[in-house]
Amino acid sequence: MRAFAELLDRLSLTASRNAKLTLVRDHLRETPDPDRGWALAALTGELTFDAAKPAFIRKAVEARMDAQLFAWSYDYVGDLAETVSLVWPARPGANREPALNEVVEALRIASRAEVQRLIEGWLDALPAPRERWALLKLMTGALRVGMTARLAKRAAAEMGGVEPAEVEELWHALRPPYEDLFAWLEGRSERPPAENPARFRPVMLAQALDEAVDFARLDPADYAAEWKWDGIRVQLAHEGGQRRLYTRTGDDISRAFPDVLEALADEGVVDGELLVMRDGALAPFADLQQRLNRKAVDAKMLEAFPAAVRAYDLLHEGDEDLRPLPFAERRGRLEAFLARQPPTRQASPRLDLSPLQPFGAWPELAALRADPPEGDPRLAEGLMLKRWDSPYEAGRPKGPWFKWKRDPFTVDAVLMYAQRGHGKRSSFYSDYTFGVWTHDAAGQRALTPVGKAYFGFTDEELKGIDKFVRDNTVERFGPVRSVRAEPHRGLVFEVAFEGLQRSARHKSGVAMRFPRISRIRWDKPPGEADDLETLERLLARIEGR
Amino acid sequence: MTRPQDLLCPKPEGLYCPPGDFYVDPVRPVDRAVVTHGHSDHARAGHGAVLATPETLDIMAERYGRDFAASVQAAPYGETAERDGVQVTLVPAGHVLGSAQAVVRWKGLTMVVSGDYKRRRDPTCPPFEPVPCDVFISEATFGLPVFRHPDDREEIARLLRSVAQFPERSHIVGAYALGKAQRVIRLLREAGWNRTIHVHGALERLNALYERHGVDLGPLAPATTAKKADFAGAIVIAPPSALQDRWSRRFPDPVGAFASGWMQIRARARQRGVELPLVISDHADWDELTATVDEIRPGELWITHGREEALARWAQLHGITARALALVGYEDEGDD
Repeated sequence: MRAFAELLDRLSLTASRNAKLTLVRDHLRETPDPDRGWALAALTGELTFDAAKPAFIRKAVEARMDAQLFAWSYDYVGDLAETVSLVWPARPGANREPALNEVVEALRIASRAEVQRLIEGWLDALPAPRERWALLKLMTGALRVGMTARLAKRAAAEMGGVEPAEVEELWHALRPPYEDLFAWLEGRSERPPAENPARFRPVMLAQALDEAVDFARLDPADYAAEWKWDGIRVQLAHEGGQRRLYTRTGDDISRAFPDVLEALADEGVVDGELLVMRDGALAPFADLQQRLNRKAVDAKMLEAFPAAVRAYDLLHEGDEDLRPLPFAERRGRLEAFLARQPPTRQASPRLDLSPLQPFGAWPELAALRADPPEGDPRLAEGLMLKRWDSPYEAGRPKGPWFKWKRDPFTVDAVLMYAQRGHGKRSSFYSDYTFGVWTHDAAGQRALTPVGKAYFGFTDEELKGIDKFVRDNTVERFGPVRSVRAEPHRGLVFEVAFEGLQRSARHKSGVAMRFPRISRIRWDKPPGEADDLETLERLLARIEGR
Repeated sequence: MTRPQDLLCPKPEGLYCPPGDFYVDPVRPVDRAVVTHGHSDHARAGHGAVLATPETLDIMAERYGRDFAASVQAAPYGETAERDGVQVTLVPAGHVLGSAQAVVRWKGLTMVVSGDYKRRRDPTCPPFEPVPCDVFISEATFGLPVFRHPDDREEIARLLRSVAQFPERSHIVGAYALGKAQRVIRLLREAGWNRTIHVHGALERLNALYERHGVDLGPLAPATTAKKADFAGAIVIAPPSALQDRWSRRFPDPVGAFASGWMQIRARARQRGVELPLVISDHADWDELTATVDEIRPGELWITHGREEALARWAQLHGITARALALVGYEDEGDD
């Protein structure tokens, strides 16, 4: 438990991805089975304990100490699990410290009443707040240590010196505490079998196209072009009677999208884009967001925000693995496969084909990208280029696939607040809130925040902005400084972003997608930055297509 | 009968002793002062006469210059000085080098002003000595049940483990210039870290002072001379404020550590951008405070500063009369 607690503690305060990888990799390397497997399960979100509810913990602690002292403590710390882990008044004569394995095994089979007794006993036996905190985090299933399942699996792959995609592909056939996985990673046994029907296949990703270099060396005849739809990349699998929908990182989101699952009648694995579609036409990304991040959906949601998959590729048909075949051949198989799927009950298709965009020379394609044809392409993020002869390879191989995003929107905005960064950037003010001009209640021209960005500048530029922030601070609130932003004094950023949507959460009423600093306009007086009206007009144009 | 408040009473300048006409740790210049230890919120310059341990006087001279007071009187631990019938004895408090409790006796009444203290072993100063008394006047910096400091050797082991795990990075440990920095260095030496420890310029004079008083800090070097790459795998000790300062940019991808009792609270660590919080404190934690009060069993407990209400409530629940003095001017460790 001690090593696991230390790991969670370090992860929760470490911002750097590489440092997190090192921490997890070393933990998996140094911790014996089965504890390391349970740690990996906890980090990948595979461990949940139904019988363990946090509410009783408060009762348990109040039964042991003065309620007033507890109330002051809780007020001071602000987090229940942390407070309890700190104040826990251990009773003497506790058992020895439990190992992570004992805790997990016991929690998995315990009834609710037993769980309470067990946890009190463990809290008594654990020697320090850090371990008690880890126990409570584990018990409530919300680690919140800034670790994604994908990163944890990558750490396991690094530990064994294998490709992350290999672990990803196996993952859905594995069960914690993953002793077979570790035996393979340590070279003690064969690779465990991945034959789990409707398992996730690691996805193939594209490189960003560099217009200046790539067009000169690429032959347009070698490439197919298609639109890059603005939804989320998914994999829809139907095998052995099982249907699953995965995100591109392998998260299973089947339960949230029953309408989409139903659409795949034949057995196979389809790579595509998850979108909201009404009467065969795309809806904006904001509509899809209504469906994302929900574990389950009701009939009303299904009707108001009907989801669909627009298919890019076919990875499996029946038992046959199509991934080694060239794209041209897979594409033919995909078209035939989709044509065989019976129409669904709904008016709008739940599974359709992403059409190829014919073109002759690169300039012709560039014109299409700059001014997409009427209809769905107006909502696309850009174009994809795929070599006709490319097999489907996991990861981001160099050369076969390119994404060529539409030029971003830009706006000139004024720096309003700056916040200190993390890790390498903890001595820099590196997170910026910027605003555009609007009129306040009194009719005065005033800035309203429209977004936040923390990348898009070089280290050298960061130093310059950091100095500007320190020299022009108006007020400080903890790690945040408000910065002088007046018509003739202040700093203007050219902010690039991919899209714009309405937002009730933002005072300005608009929210940007993927904002970043594209240029620092040291030369421009803030008074000449853009108005909110500019963004509102842009929004109307996007919504009206 | 002699009442405690006739011997010591709170005033805006600090605790005042009317029969002896002196203050303990006054926060403003006064004619006569007893100073418990060298931290700047307790030991200020500009008093008429100062009574303190020789170590504390040495620290004050180092910080404020030789003329920090019109006259000084050194009272080694255990020696009693008398002022107008009031006896003052300085007894180890275990807080930092030279730190003392002021034991004040007058007409059969004994009152102990603890100053800041802790009960754990500290390789840089002698341990706290409990003195039976009628009134124990305690600090309560960490006077809430949430403060439970772990074993400092385990915290140092965590630091060394991180150094081994990230050999390409440097570790900057934020530590107070007086006491904490030298304790952390000593603990590192005891844990077997024999390499040169780099120190921020603001620590150099007090490090030298500790060395003069017999605390061996091992090989130290300024954190300024080497090239960036030379700091890979290095441990650097600096004042806490330097962690977020532009100063820290000279190090390769530094891991920010902070040795402080406040690091017990995760939000505090997060707020300061600390990646490796080290819970090492020179103050008594909740268990030490309550155990000390329980051990001394004073007739009354007075609480000078910190989270007075919680410790007062604990005392009342345990049958000890408690009074919060709410003295102002003493800073919380770690707040800058």
